[in-house]
Amino acid sequence: MQRINRPYLVIGLALLGLAAVTAWDAASMTIRANYGVGADAASYLVATVLAALGVGHLVGAVWGTPMALEHVDYRAVGWVALALASLIAAVALGAGFILASTLLFAFTARAFGRRALPADLLIGFVLGLLVYLLFNGLLTLALPAGPIERLL
Amino acid sequence: MDALANLADGFAAALTLTNLAFAAIGVLIGTAVGVLPGIGPALTVALLLPVTFKLDPGGSLIMFAGIYYGGMYGGSTTAILLNAPGEAASVVTALEGNRMARAGRGGPALATAAIGSFVAALLATAGLAFLSPILVDVAVRFGPWDYFGLMLIAFVTVSATFGDSPLRGLTSLAIGLWLGLVGIDQLTGQARLTFGVPNLLDGIEVTTLAVGLFAIGETLHVAARHLFKPEKPIPVKGSLWMTRSDWRRSLLPWLRGTAIGFPIGALPAGGAEVPTFLSYNVERKLARHPEEFGHGAIEGVAGPEAANNAAAAGTLVPLLTLGLPTSATAAVMLAGFQQYNIQPGPLLFVQHADLVWTLVASLFIANVMLLVLNLPLVGLWVRLLAIPLPWLYAGILVFAAMGTVAANPSPVELGLLVAFGALGFLMRQFNYPIAPAIVGLILGPMADSQLRRALQMGQGDWTILFQHWSSALMIGIALVALVAPFVFRGLARMGKDED
Repeated sequence: MQRINRPYLVIGLALLGLAAVTAWDAASMTIRANYGVGADAASYLVATVLAALGVGHLVGAVWGTPMALEHVDYRAVGWVALALASLIAAVALGAGFILASTLLFAFTARAFGRRALPADLLIGFVLGLLVYLLFNGLLTLALPAGPIERLL
Repeated sequence: MDALANLADGFAAALTLTNLAFAAIGVLIGTAVGVLPGIGPALTVALLLPVTFKLDPGGSLIMFAGIYYGGMYGGSTTAILLNAPGEAASVVTALEGNRMARAGRGGPALATAAIGSFVAALLATAGLAFLSPILVDVAVRFGPWDYFGLMLIAFVTVSATFGDSPLRGLTSLAIGLWLGLVGIDQLTGQARLTFGVPNLLDGIEVTTLAVGLFAIGETLHVAARHLFKPEKPIPVKGSLWMTRSDWRRSLLPWLRGTAIGFPIGALPAGGAEVPTFLSYNVERKLARHPEEFGHGAIEGVAGPEAANNAAAAGTLVPLLTLGLPTSATAAVMLAGFQQYNIQPGPLLFVQHADLVWTLVASLFIANVMLLVLNLPLVGLWVRLLAIPLPWLYAGILVFAAMGTVAANPSPVELGLLVAFGALGFLMRQFNYPIAPAIVGLILGPMADSQLRRALQMGQGDWTILFQHWSSALMIGIALVALVAPFVFRGLARMGKDED
């Protein structure tokens, strides 16, 4: 009895789940095409492909070359996740682009082993400010504005 | 010659002072971003698309051409001086180029890469200019079934034929196809896979997927695996200029690389990796001193770099004439065109002939500008390479966020970006290729509508796909290309079992 490779198994099951969701979504479509096939045909096709690949992964779990997760530093991943979460929170709460990029920059640098948080916050702030001035001013892109941006 | 007259018009449009400035800015920022380790040309173009949002289509296309070539060139600089190829196609350049740099010949390595890219891009862009009108003549006769067959070939070649695991490539493609379903269906107005979220009705942006998978996925990957050991770029000592013998040894590899790269890029046969490896092997076979390979042979930089650039210009042929992207970079470029409401394809040459030829002319101009600006500025690019990695990746994320919120400042869009980042991280951890997902996202809906148009014309009869010899042939080729890797793998394994 060969060992079952867990990553293959999980990915295979995820693909089968995705296929099921897609097929369910296609089955609940209400608009039908007058001619030929409707919008659901592509969904069913993709669902079939996903299901086939899911089965392929299940086969791979037994007979494939095993794949393994290499060493992962979860603390570093956590810092990047915190950086991205603060970005989303800052934009969602209307805190503006500059504050968002300040936090994003400082926390990401931390994930890569930097310890000087105040210095990185300052660099992130200056970078965010420069990007905001350059892109909002010169290229008239509408980056989200918050309290800091309104002072400019 | 029609093409020549058209090209002359294109040059007339592109050679204004403002447009030249756009080209120069494009080349400079394209190189500056492309030179950063971990950023390949696809991500360079995706990150810099927002910069061209508000320009007029002509100006933005010209800047775009500059960014494209600049990003390509920047990638080779990173490969040579830092041994950190930003994409699969510059892996080979790193092989010999980095050895040359270590041996104190970084200058000539950069020079042969730059001049080789120039020669290759020049010839390949000329090839593009003359081949495209011919292909357009053929393409206007294509029915929807032909397009569908062609897209099937592109799907298979992008994902299955050349990766090290067809199962992984196809899975990546299927994820892209699945993401392509999300949103309102153009033909019927039916919403697919939106789960009641209004932000999803417009579908998934290609740039959001590309930036998420490449930029955020790569950042997570590098952070998680501690791949950020301080690696110093190798300083460029001595003369930048190539010696007489360097020239002699580079000239033929440039031409051979171009001859290998352009046709493979122009066929919808997937990417620039294959031609670079082919060119490397050819040069090693033909070299007068094959023993130098592995220790910094200039032929091993000149040939593959030329092949890489020729293939990149070659992928513009199916992109412009058929609207068919065959690489991640081409997929992002297509998204860029769509942003300016330009739909590449045979009709583009009829409806927006002026734009097409302006673009082709700008490719020539960007190419010349690249050579003139980049070699003298090499000191600046080396300094960019020396940015500490924590700041580099933090900065990349700031620009990724900027691009996304500039296009659509909603938390949902940022949530998608982060979700794609997590997906890209997992795909990197388990060695799933990224490019097929991006090509699948943009090509999937196109294949969907061609298939349905074909079925409408056949009144629901699926055999319409096989009633025309051209589409039957293409679907056959796609099937063979799909099955072949599995068969070869099975045969290889049987052979191993017998031993």
